Amino acid sequence: MTGALAMTDNAIETRALRKQFGTHVAVADLWLQVPRGQVFGFLGPNGAGKTTSIKMLLGLVAPTSGDARLLGAAPGDHRVRARIGFLPEHFRFHDCLTARELLRVHGRLQGMRGGPLERRIDYLLARVDLSDTEHLYLRQFSKGMLQRAGLAQALIAAPELVFLDEPTSGLDPLGRVLVRELIEELRERGTTVFLNSHLLGEVEATCDRVIFVKQGCVVHEMSLTEPEQIVSAELRIDRLDSATLEGLRGFGRDVRLSGGTVILRVDSEAVMPEIARWLVGQGIAIHALGTRRKSLEEWFIEVMGADQRPG
Amino acid sequence: MQNLLTIMQLTFLELRRRRIVLAALACGAGFLMVFAAAIYLLHNFQSPSRPLLQIRIILQLQMLVGLYAVNLMTVTVAVMLPVDAISGEIASGVMQTLASKPVRRAQIVLGKWLIYWLMIAAYTTTMIVGVVLVMRVITGFSQPHVPAAVGLMTLQGTVLLSVVVAGGARLTTIANGMIAFGFYSVAVVGGWIEQIGVMMGDSGARYVGTAISLLSPTDALWRRALYLLQPPMMSQVAMTPFSSPSVPSVAMIWWAVAFAVGVLALSTSWFAKRSL
Repeated sequence: MTGALAMTDNAIETRALRKQFGTHVAVADLWLQVPRGQVFGFLGPNGAGKTTSIKMLLGLVAPTSGDARLLGAAPGDHRVRARIGFLPEHFRFHDCLTARELLRVHGRLQGMRGGPLERRIDYLLARVDLSDTEHLYLRQFSKGMLQRAGLAQALIAAPELVFLDEPTSGLDPLGRVLVRELIEELRERGTTVFLNSHLLGEVEATCDRVIFVKQGCVVHEMSLTEPEQIVSAELRIDRLDSATLEGLRGFGRDVRLSGGTVILRVDSEAVMPEIARWLVGQGIAIHALGTRRKSLEEWFIEVMGADQRPG
Repeated sequence: MQNLLTIMQLTFLELRRRRIVLAALACGAGFLMVFAAAIYLLHNFQSPSRPLLQIRIILQLQMLVGLYAVNLMTVTVAVMLPVDAISGEIASGVMQTLASKPVRRAQIVLGKWLIYWLMIAAYTTTMIVGVVLVMRVITGFSQPHVPAAVGLMTLQGTVLLSVVVAGGARLTTIANGMIAFGFYSVAVVGGWIEQIGVMMGDSGARYVGTAISLLSPTDALWRRALYLLQPPMMSQVAMTPFSSPSVPSVAMIWWAVAFAVGVLALSTSWFAKRSL
């Protein structure tokens, strides 16, 4: 590709992206728009075409049809690749290198040289807590250490767009916290993060927006930063008779009893003070009163449908 | 250019750290020691009453045996060294990280090819010079046309290297290794068919042999080297395992060069289109 890179508000755009291996359709029809600066979650069951989609976006796999743009240019454009970081799902590298040598090779391939590269390596090794492992080859690293080295590799050129494919799969809880902090730092710097993870708690804690893909198509998209429209109210009260439950129906729907807890769906958290006032007015003692949003896992199960088999 | 150098440095570092260079050097040194011991024993315990011409023929044959062993080792190194250079990295996932960087896939192939070529050239040269020196020091035998033999045997390794690199861009490591040795074996068989055709006056067999040499020119290069390494009387008239009544032409050498370059170009094209 020649000419200037097109400026666009989206870091990633795809139109009807499709990949077919023989008769097997890995990605059917992917339409994506990922705004710049967002931490974007890419969710779906195993075999949904997530990794193939990422590979197409990185130019590692040629699409059968459709179109994709990254930072305003075609995947594979070298000027764009210099501004992109990538941590593959199964991070492997020449295990005869040390972490510093690994970062040096990747930094050089990204166009970095000399002092700035060495300073960047120093910073990243310290940031992913690998400064004291410089005498070790990667083959001597634990899975978590390798993943942290891979993460540093993805960030070596201070990229504008980072693809993280299962970045916490080999990490212990401390490692996961580290990744969460790094993603937060990237967000503050305005870096777009494209995150593929099965750990929905991690996604929920870090992402601004998520999409759900199934059989290579986007089936649902939602924001995780805007106020949730539908929440569950959960009450523990000392009177569970039919009159009380009937009265609570005035504040929400799907009122049911689960153990000793009354659960009802409400449209907004704003209704909670009204429920509390009504219960007190009825002379009912309140032991606990709270709300619970639908978790990402519940969304996932609902969106994927009952026909989805465990992966 | 900087990316090409980085890939070359990475490839060399990997070969060194995985002790592949050390293993090749150790095997080479081991062979030279065994060869030197054998030549020493043969030279010091032969009958002193042999005619000078006979001694000269025996020494030439001993030299050719040593160089034949070097030839086989060069073939083995040229196949085994790069056999998983590309296919292995694709299978393990190493290539994904590398190829997602702003580096042309052709540079990845070329960077690896250049380092392996340097290794094969250095190995072949060292081993040939080693055999020649062993013979010179122990027996005083002086071998002519050594640089030409080095060039031809290195070219043989180069052709095999290109074939293996191209195979690595499309095949699994095991399939690639099998095809590479098959490619070499076909060349040897083609060489035999050609020799038999010439000896029997069967032009059909000769043409078949030549056609096979065009498809797989490795053995033709070894036979050209044999022709240069021994006096015409031995190479074309005498009946020794190294006689070659049909000498591959200079055009075959140029064909082999074009073949190696063409296959390398093909491998870059295949690798550029490969899903990683």
